[in-house]
Amino acid sequence: MSISSFADALQSGRFVVTAEIGPPKDSNPEKIREKARLLHGCCAAFNITDNQTAVTRMSSLAGSILLLQMGMEPIMQMTCRDRNRIALQSDVLGAVALGVRNILCLTGDAPSFGNHPQAKAVYDIDSVQLLQIISNMIQKGEFQSGDKLSEPCPKLCLGAAVNPFAEPTELQLMKLEKKIDAGAVFVQTQSIYNLERFSQWLDTVRSQGLDRRVRILAGVTPLKSVKMAQRMKFHVPGTDVPDDVYQRITQAADPAKEGYQLAVETIEALKELPGIHGIHITALFWESIIPRLIQQTGLAP
Amino acid sequence: MIITRQKDLQEMLALIGSGPVFLVGCSECATLCGTGGKDQVDELAAILASKKIPVTGSVVLEPACHLLNSKRLLKNHEAAVQKAQTLLVLACGNGVQTVAELFPEKSVIGGTHALFIGEVVRAGEFEKRCTLCGDCVLEAYGGLCPVARCPKSLLNGPCGGVVKGKCEISPEMPCVWDQIYTLLKRRNQLQLLKTMQSPKDWSKAREVKVSREH
Repeated sequence: MSISSFADALQSGRFVVTAEIGPPKDSNPEKIREKARLLHGCCAAFNITDNQTAVTRMSSLAGSILLLQMGMEPIMQMTCRDRNRIALQSDVLGAVALGVRNILCLTGDAPSFGNHPQAKAVYDIDSVQLLQIISNMIQKGEFQSGDKLSEPCPKLCLGAAVNPFAEPTELQLMKLEKKIDAGAVFVQTQSIYNLERFSQWLDTVRSQGLDRRVRILAGVTPLKSVKMAQRMKFHVPGTDVPDDVYQRITQAADPAKEGYQLAVETIEALKELPGIHGIHITALFWESIIPRLIQQTGLAP
Repeated sequence: MIITRQKDLQEMLALIGSGPVFLVGCSECATLCGTGGKDQVDELAAILASKKIPVTGSVVLEPACHLLNSKRLLKNHEAAVQKAQTLLVLACGNGVQTVAELFPEKSVIGGTHALFIGEVVRAGEFEKRCTLCGDCVLEAYGGLCPVARCPKSLLNGPCGGVVKGKCEISPEMPCVWDQIYTLLKRRNQLQLLKTMQSPKDWSKAREVKVSREH
C-alpha cells in the first residue's frame, strides 16, 4: 500500500520537486492557504517549517493540516528544540491521525537565533534519535521508553536535512549514514550556491554508495535582493555563497532578475548531476516565483 | 569546579538596601573565580562602607558548601550575623543555601550567578565542561563532552552550522564535535563515532540525595 503520494514520487525515480511554505506569525489560516493556492499542483510535496530559525510561528502540524484540507501533500517538519520525547511522539501520533504521512526530522536552530533567545532549549533528543524513535513506533509499535503503542503507527515517509558545506565532510557523512540507518528515505540539502563544492561533496556521497540508499533533494533558494545575498553570505551559518555569485547579485542592475536567472542556472546544473533525485526550493518571502521557476526549468509535473 | 559570575553591583546594592549586612565568601571555587574570595569580600565591604551601608562583619567559609564546617565557622560571628538585616553570600547557589539553612530567620542574598562546572583554562578564563547529567558518556567521545559543550547536546554528530571548526552560536567558541573528530581521527578511533547513540536517560539527572555506603 502506498504511504503517500510523495513517497510514491520518490520511489518512481522521477526528478522530484518540493517547496517550502513558512507558516505565518499569526493565527490566520488564509496566509497559508494563499501561498498554497499559488503553489498548488507544481510540486510533489510542501515542507511546512517548524518555528524556523527559532522564530515563533503557527505550528507545523496546523500548517500541514491546512494543506491536507486543500488536497495538497505536506512534509511536516519537526525539530527537537522545543519539545521533549513525550511531546514529539505525541505530536507524531496526532499528525498521523489527521493524515500527515511525511515527516522531516531536524534538530532545530538554537533559540539564540530567534525571537525568544531567553527560551530554554530542550534538545532532549537529536534528529538521528527522532528518526529512530519514529521508525520504532512504526516497525516495533513501541515508544522510546519501550512501552507499547496500543497499535503500531502506520508507515511514514521520513526525511532529514544535510548540509554539504559543513565540515569535516567525513564526519558529516557519518551522521548522514546514521540518519539513513535510522529510517530517513530522503534528505533535503542546505541551499546550494557553490556548485563546485557541492559536486565534490556529491562525489564523496556516491563513492560511499549513499545516493543509492537515500533520495537526495538539492536545496535551491533564489536570491531576491542584495540584502538577502548579504544575509546568506554572512549570517546564515553553514551556507556557502562564493564571491562571484555574491557579486553577480550585488552588482546587478536588477538583483531580483539576476537572482532568478541564477536559480534557473543552478537547477539546470543540478539536474545533470548523477546522484541527485530532485530539488527542494526554499523561496523565502518569494514563493510567487516558484511556479515560473519550475516551468522554465522543465520540472512542472 | 563551579564557575560563578558576581551579580552586577547595582543589582547587589538594590538587594542590600540600607543594610546592615553581613558578608560571606567561599575559600574554594568562588575564590578561584575571583567572585567570592577574601579579596572580593573585602572589596565589597569597602564599597558598602563608602556608600554608608553598615557592614556588621564578614567570613570566608572553607568551603561554603560544607554545612557542618560552615556552622562551626559562623559560630564565631554569631553576634555580627544577628546584628545584620541581610546576609550576602559570594558563593555558588549551594553556598547561598548553606547559609540560608543555618540562618532560617535571616534574609539571605545570593551575590553571584552560578554558571557551570568548568575548567580554569588560564587565570581568569573558564570553560564549561560538565552539566552533571548523571549518565556519563565521555568514553564514547574521546573524553570531550558533547552534552555540556555542544549547545544542542548532540550525541550523534555535529549540526550543519559548524563553520571552520567554530560553533554557529559564536565564532569564538570551538565546535566540540570538530574537536572530537580531530582527536579520534588522530588516534585512529573514528569508528567510535559510528555507534548510534540512544537518547540519554535524564532520569539519572534527577537524583537529589546520595549517601555514601560504609
